[in-house]
Amino acid sequence: MTSYLLETIRSKFPDDILETHAFRGDETVLLKKEALLKAAAFLKDDLGFDFLMDLTAADYLPREPRFELVCHFYSSKHNYRLRLKCPVGADDPKVDSLTPLWAGANWFEREAYDMYGIKFEGHPDLRRILMYDGFEGHPLRKDYPLKQRQPRIPHRG
Amino acid sequence: MGLETIFGHSYLTTRLDAAVNWGRKYSFFQYPFVTACCGMEYMSVFASAYDIARFGAEYPRFSPRQADVLFVVGTVNEKLAPVLKRVYDQMCEPKWVVSFGVCATSGGFYDNYATVQGIDKIIPVDIYIPGCPPRPEAILDALIKLQEKVSKESVLDRKYK
Ligand code: SF4
Repeated sequence: MTSYLLETIRSKFPDDILETHAFRGDETVLLKKEALLKAAAFLKDDLGFDFLMDLTAADYLPREPRFELVCHFYSSKHNYRLRLKCPVGADDPKVDSLTPLWAGANWFEREAYDMYGIKFEGHPDLRRILMYDGFEGHPLRKDYPLKQRQPRIPHRG
Repeated sequence: MGLETIFGHSYLTTRLDAAVNWGRKYSFFQYPFVTACCGMEYMSVFASAYDIARFGAEYPRFSPRQADVLFVVGTVNEKLAPVLKRVYDQMCEPKWVVSFGVCATSGGFYDNYATVQGIDKIIPVDIYIPGCPPRPEAILDALIKLQEKVSKESVLDRKYK
């Protein structure tokens, strides 16, 4: 299937795009994580994507690269949506932060860090956002033990 | 109450129990510790259709220091547990705790890294209300059960040492 949007991105970053697909108008670009920031800047500055709707991650253990960062963009000018995904390896879970481009990425990235342990380079304040200080590990990782609890105060007997 | 230290278990203190318990059970001031969806049901018990005031439990107090009954309404997670404990510790005796809905009672279906598997892991509970959320009738039933429980207590009891 040809899509103007996917073609534009593919021809702009021919070496960084791993895959593109479209399903019933849902367009997705899979790209290398090194290219995430410049692709996002291109979307914002040249293609009119003015809204970062969501940024999250997924854990595909035991696949390698294990994580996938998922960003959803929306253009209110063109009423158009696009999903960017990039694989992130477990040994070096670092990605460039989108916060310099969209301030709204700040808390999304803190959540992805809190839940999956993905580090966002260039983030102004990368702390846990949901779990408390002293919590160890990242609970949405598939290898986080299902029954592990980390109480803040001792439980009654 | 002072008297019991002089008289111990005697006619005087049993009569005193009857009077004190009668007063206590028909004038519960509650502290609603509302964290989740069960709160809607809690509100409806207060509204005119179910009207919990008919049972003397008229007044939600938003200071734990003025409350007798702690209603824990909704999901409590590990992050919140110290707050719940502190609210409970701030209440003056005599005090009672009602666990409202399955989340507060057992964690409900949230068997995960974040959720306390029942508030009785944090504080003692007197009455548990099952349901997700419980119907208002179940809450009135729980209140009546709590009244029955209170009417059997003695001023000599030292529940919380
Ligand atoms: S018991 Fe059900 S209604 Fe009540 S807080 Fe839990 S999920 Fe919500």
